[in-house]
Amino acid sequence: MSETHDHSHDHSHGHSHDHPTHTHDGKPIQEDPLPSLEAQILEASVRELLIEKGVISSDDVRRAIDQVESRTPALGAKIVARAWDDPEFKEKLMSDSDEALMAFGIDMRPTELCVVENTDEVHNMVVCTLCSCYPRPVLGIPPAWYKRRDYRSRAVREPRAVLREFGTDIPEQKQVRVHDSNADLRYLVLPQRPDGTDGWDQEKLARLVTRDAMIGVSDVLAPADIDD
Amino acid sequence: MDPKFRPGDKVLVLQRDQPGHVRTPMYVRGKTGVIERIVGSFPNPETLAVGHSGLPYKMLYRVNFKQGELWDDYDGAPEDTLEIEIYEHWLAPV
Repeated sequence: MSETHDHSHDHSHGHSHDHPTHTHDGKPIQEDPLPSLEAQILEASVRELLIEKGVISSDDVRRAIDQVESRTPALGAKIVARAWDDPEFKEKLMSDSDEALMAFGIDMRPTELCVVENTDEVHNMVVCTLCSCYPRPVLGIPPAWYKRRDYRSRAVREPRAVLREFGTDIPEQKQVRVHDSNADLRYLVLPQRPDGTDGWDQEKLARLVTRDAMIGVSDVLAPADIDD
Repeated sequence: MDPKFRPGDKVLVLQRDQPGHVRTPMYVRGKTGVIERIVGSFPNPETLAVGHSGLPYKMLYRVNFKQGELWDDYDGAPEDTLEIEIYEHWLAPV
């Protein structure tokens, strides 16, 4: 919020300030402006021109949206469950994810998937500070908070505080490793398999694996959290 | 294309003002880290983003930083780290 602002006012109001660059206490900006009208008009104009000139059709646009939206975190959960259950698959997923993902009909190109594994010593979390890069082919569309400036700026600056706000307390002796997804890789966190799941099949294991656990802002569900 | 750096090498991210589609965030510029892995060669996003070919390809690395190196007042655990992808032309040997 702003520069010359009146500290007596109520901070819970609707934030009608123009887009500030910092908060009064020096914290990074917390709010996003809406897309500009100009950007919306530009998108519509380019799309309509491409259709009018026959480069793409309306159906191509619809199909592309349909395809993007058909991907959900359930797919990522299947991959994690298989990695928990099948050491050979896990090995391939960690070393040559392209080939491992082929079994799921997933093509990450032109990006590559980088799988980062949580252990007793390390907790991984993912952010894209520059925009909103996200492993869409395996997790679908990112949650709104993943694209917000407050998550993007704070996840690299004070990850433990952000994790606590997600209800995730990482013990001091465990390393928090933040991955800034800023270029050509996309990241998937491979959470730790919970105790008490011996003998579970992959389908049941997958039910424990949430989207947030694969971004690294929370743990997976506990075995007691799901019905048999 | 041979990578100039190997995993374990200490590197400095160049402190350079450069307009345009630059994938090196400000918060790592001028900071020292360690090569975590060689990712491979990719089109240069700085030219690719403005309608060019992205050639010549640039070698890309994952670089690991201690959080304490990035932020003077970092208040997490001293072992906490951050990993980020940096193109070779933004890196200098230390």
